[in-house]
Amino acid sequence: MKYLDEYRDGEVASKIVSEMRRIQTRPWVLMEVCGGQTHSIVKNGIDHLLPEGVELVHGPGCPVCVTPLEMIDKAHAIARCQDVIFCSFGDMLRVPGSDGDLFTIKSLGGDVRIVYSPLDCLKIAKGNPDKRVVFFAIGFETTAPANAMLAWRAREEGVNNLSLLVSHVLVPPALAAILSSPENRVQGFLGPGHVCAVMGYSEYEPISSRYKVPIVITGFEPLDILHGTLMTIQQLEEGRACVENQYSRVLNRTGNLPAQRLVSKVFEVGDRKWRGIGTIPMSGYHLCEEFAQHDAERLFEVAEIATLEPEICISGQILRGIKKPHDCPAFGSLCTPQHPLGATMVSAEGACAAYYAYGRHLNPQSADALLQIAPGGGARRTGKEWGDAGAA
Amino acid sequence: MCLAIPGKVVETFDQRGLYMAKVQFGGIIREACLEYVPETQVGEYVLVHVGFAISRIDEAEAERTYQALRELDQLSELESPVVEEIEPPPRPWGRG
Repeated sequence: MKYLDEYRDGEVASKIVSEMRRIQTRPWVLMEVCGGQTHSIVKNGIDHLLPEGVELVHGPGCPVCVTPLEMIDKAHAIARCQDVIFCSFGDMLRVPGSDGDLFTIKSLGGDVRIVYSPLDCLKIAKGNPDKRVVFFAIGFETTAPANAMLAWRAREEGVNNLSLLVSHVLVPPALAAILSSPENRVQGFLGPGHVCAVMGYSEYEPISSRYKVPIVITGFEPLDILHGTLMTIQQLEEGRACVENQYSRVLNRTGNLPAQRLVSKVFEVGDRKWRGIGTIPMSGYHLCEEFAQHDAERLFEVAEIATLEPEICISGQILRGIKKPHDCPAFGSLCTPQHPLGATMVSAEGACAAYYAYGRHLNPQSADALLQIAPGGGARRTGKEWGDAGAA
Repeated sequence: MCLAIPGKVVETFDQRGLYMAKVQFGGIIREACLEYVPETQVGEYVLVHVGFAISRIDEAEAERTYQALRELDQLSELESPVVEEIEPPPRPWGRG
């Protein structure tokens, strides 16, 4: 614990917030991109520490959440095959498809296994030559190097009974999609730290300059997030828009080059559907032609599955920062982590699941009303103090 | 699962040409692949995501990040079952 305190220091936190108050002249809407950041913000109540008028909305950076229902149904169809051992990261097992989840399939006799590392699948495939071993390769850029290594080694070692069901997504195209939507509210981003540990952050620079938005690559500890928020507001208030790195103790502009090299040998970029958002052009990785013999989508004759999301679910608007979880009529009643209706409730890193876990069942107006009643409440500035500044 | 977990490299070894390590996360030791941070030595700290080190970090950063992840309940992937290498079962009809 000896190193922890300086990143939890309440005095430092209040200095950062005071500086935000000092420089802020108008309301700003910022989006944290990464699900880990969302989790940290909600758990630590960071959004409640911010000056009135600085709003954090929650981005699409939860890979389990944005894996499309069609792909989950496809995974389930494959996992039900008698001769298949279906391997997955633990988080995907309880994500419901149109008909149950992987746990259900396992309980009905399907051979579904949780793996820690994609390389575990190599061992499983070699040990079970009479079975077809399929790995559900999901994730953002952070996970891509691990999944790429699995495909690479499977081909190098001739492990022909191993394939990958790939549903990889990429952060920069999603940010561009959010910014180009006519409904967009986001004026600055806290960029995803661990994604950029792999990819670096040069690919965010064209987005920042094209859409004139600050992007500050940020860690996920409370002071990281406060600091990243301050750096973003500083840019906005000064009329600047560039990419800055709050998380320089972990990453640099170029990222991890050996990892990027292998990813580019194994995967190619193509269109990808995101749960709750829809298809975003050039926003995902697919296996290159050279790895066709390890591509589960080509190996398994799974017909296109048309799936419908519940109409009541607003996760698409939440993932784009247009709405918050408690704007949804189903939140916490029809839709809970035990019975999720949509993307943002299916994983603990989703915004709805985080709000549910940390008791954010009230909308901000009700919460403010409670603050007014509570002793010491009402210290936050009210919207009226902003005059008619309006949104940018 | 978008976050990487810091750990200390306690042993390195070769596994069929892959540069691998045993990495200590708190009280748990798991294998991790060091192919993406090939300069890493025993005693150093790395950020590990799904069994792959993606970045080298210093001890202070490692400790801070580990504690933060623990508070966020983001360490559960370390408890995933360990998959042992097993020999393929012998085929009575021989290899074909």
